[in-house]
Amino acid sequence: MARALIHVPASAKKGDVIEIKTLISHVMETGYRVGVTGQPIPRDIIDDFVCTYNGEEVFHAKLYPAIAANPFITFFTVATESGTLAFSWTDQHGATQVQTAAITVE
Amino acid sequence: MDRERSRREVLQAAGALAGCGALLRLSVRPAAATPEMMKDAVRSVIGEAPVKKGKVKLDLPPLVENGNSVSCTVSVESPMTANDYVKAIHVFNEKNPQPNVISVKLGPRAGRASFSTRIRLADSQTVTAITELSDGSFWSDDIDVIVTLAACIEESVH
Repeated sequence: MARALIHVPASAKKGDVIEIKTLISHVMETGYRVGVTGQPIPRDIIDDFVCTYNGEEVFHAKLYPAIAANPFITFFTVATESGTLAFSWTDQHGATQVQTAAITVE
Repeated sequence: MDRERSRREVLQAAGALAGCGALLRLSVRPAAATPEMMKDAVRSVIGEAPVKKGKVKLDLPPLVENGNSVSCTVSVESPMTANDYVKAIHVFNEKNPQPNVISVKLGPRAGRASFSTRIRLADSQTVTAITELSDGSFWSDDIDVIVTLAACIEESVH
């Protein structure tokens, strides 16, 4: 779907609260704007974002057109065990993009 | 004579059509949301529960030059333990075409009840954050922001 950037610390101590930063390139077209020919520009937004940590959901956001283009979301989670963080963005048409990041917990 | 009349009729018909077109365009153009719409949106998300001020902090710049991208941070004071945590955070606005901005679901695994994103603001308005705690109580925070370049409807300038 698009290019996504994720920042997750490569390693953390068990129990640490870590900050995760995500950015995905997307127009997030609101559907309220009018193009140069006077035609309304159809709505096209990502409306769902989920982060799972070894399969368990840790953050879930429902996005609306009031989110700026190229949705940037930062949030926190507790480093519990080594494993994979999976990030998935779903747009209004149901297309999903999944990106993963590995973390080592000491 | 007949020809004249038909020409007039054609012109009248064309005028009427143009009028319809203008009406249609007016009805297609969205009206901005109103504070009442925001209240309805809040009620549809949290129900009839009472909302108290406090515990949640909404961080937005008070003066916004470009409404297309406004950094927005919401944080809630909570120990985030298995028994006492933040379940959800919702952000609403008064005057964008749609009152919802973002709804976030959290749990004890979050560790810290805080997130940041970038939002669009179509006008100078009040932005509200409401949080739901695990004990079922709701807390809110409001911020008035002044926006000089509106988002959503105007072309973006970047």
